[in-house]
Amino acid sequence: MRIEGKVWKFGDDVDTDLIIPARYINVSDPDVLAKTCFIDIAPEFASAVVPGDVIVAGKNFGCGSSREHAPLAIKAAGVGVVVAKSFARIFYRNAFNIGLPLVESEGAWNGIAAGEKVVVDLTNGRIENLETKKTFPARPIPEFMHRLIEDGGLIPHIRNIKKSAR
Amino acid sequence: MATGEIWLKVPPTIRVNYEGGLRPWVGGKDLILKTIGILGVDGATYSALEYAGGTIKSLPMYQRFTMANMAVEAGAKSGIIEPDEITLAWLRGRARQESRVFKSDLDARYERILTIKADGLEPQVAFPPSPANARPLSDVGHINLDQVFIGSCTNGQIEDLRDAASILKGRKAAKGLRLIVIPSTPAIYRKAIEEGIVGVLLDAGAVIGPPCCGPCLGGHMGILAEGERALSTTNRNFIGRMGHPKSEVYLANPFVAAASAVLGRIGGPDDL
Repeated sequence: MRIEGKVWKFGDDVDTDLIIPARYINVSDPDVLAKTCFIDIAPEFASAVVPGDVIVAGKNFGCGSSREHAPLAIKAAGVGVVVAKSFARIFYRNAFNIGLPLVESEGAWNGIAAGEKVVVDLTNGRIENLETKKTFPARPIPEFMHRLIEDGGLIPHIRNIKKSAR
Repeated sequence: MATGEIWLKVPPTIRVNYEGGLRPWVGGKDLILKTIGILGVDGATYSALEYAGGTIKSLPMYQRFTMANMAVEAGAKSGIIEPDEITLAWLRGRARQESRVFKSDLDARYERILTIKADGLEPQVAFPPSPANARPLSDVGHINLDQVFIGSCTNGQIEDLRDAASILKGRKAAKGLRLIVIPSTPAIYRKAIEEGIVGVLLDAGAVIGPPCCGPCLGGHMGILAEGERALSTTNRNFIGRMGHPKSEVYLANPFVAAASAVLGRIGGPDDL
């Protein structure tokens, strides 16, 4: 699985209140949630993000409240993949369970600037900066988690398993 | 449940030993704020935190709950304490089935072992915008408050309300300060009424909310306006957590929260 897009850059410890503040989570429609994604730290994000865009963040991305709205908003905004030095645990599970891929890479943050084009290769664990041609290794995602993403998240994944068992 | 399978990463365990008796007005909230201050907000990411040592052995159940609740503020998957007589006494009359006790092996492997000296520990206050910004109460300085919130899943047990009421009895919240109290559950709310705690809190000028998250996540009732400051017994104080992105949240235990409500600034019961 390869995702190509323009980079949005964030720092360390971006918590779920910053991804989508609680005052906007009284709806569960992902397209509505997407409109206020990052509103307090990057107000231009929601209107300027393009499908396939890539978030590159520092350590502990998604810490704080366990709200599923956070990965839902990012996914519905069109983001293809989030790359970070590390992820908070609950956000990590929520993201794969709703079908948003995440990859961990220590080196990518220093070697990629906002607005640059990158290709994220989920299968081989590799991120390439198309502007500088530099590549960065990413921690490979286990095989079964690729299927979670391909199926669109945990619920459709379980439905597919049930269907094929019948 | 549909498949009998679940995906998860097995967590390594970080053990934190606490040694020594606690000073007055110091409890589980202060132990965990101190711990998060040492570990950082991602110091225990994907790990299990195990709290142990002499201090924990005599820590009451409600304060253990606060510590377990806030494990996630250091990124942990869980915050566990070895079940003992205090745990089993709490279970009696509550558990609907026979309990099985699980304990760590004597030769269990830990990723990291920390020891925290608890006997000199002061009440801790976490400064915005991170639960890891813990400072001892004596280092806080003069910080005026617009609101004090006592309650939530983190510190809304009946004993937490008793602790707050013991300070607020016969006293009043400072003029212009909003004091909001929210019991964690309807059963705790009922008990607080029966014990006369609600009366004490109302006399002190508190508003009692129905059991819910309330202002903790800027949900409702007590949402902070631009430039406002709150002291709260909740679990996190990120930017915009309780309302406007330019408001501030300080975290502390219910004794400190109650005293601060009376003082109109951050302070402890000894300042009253």
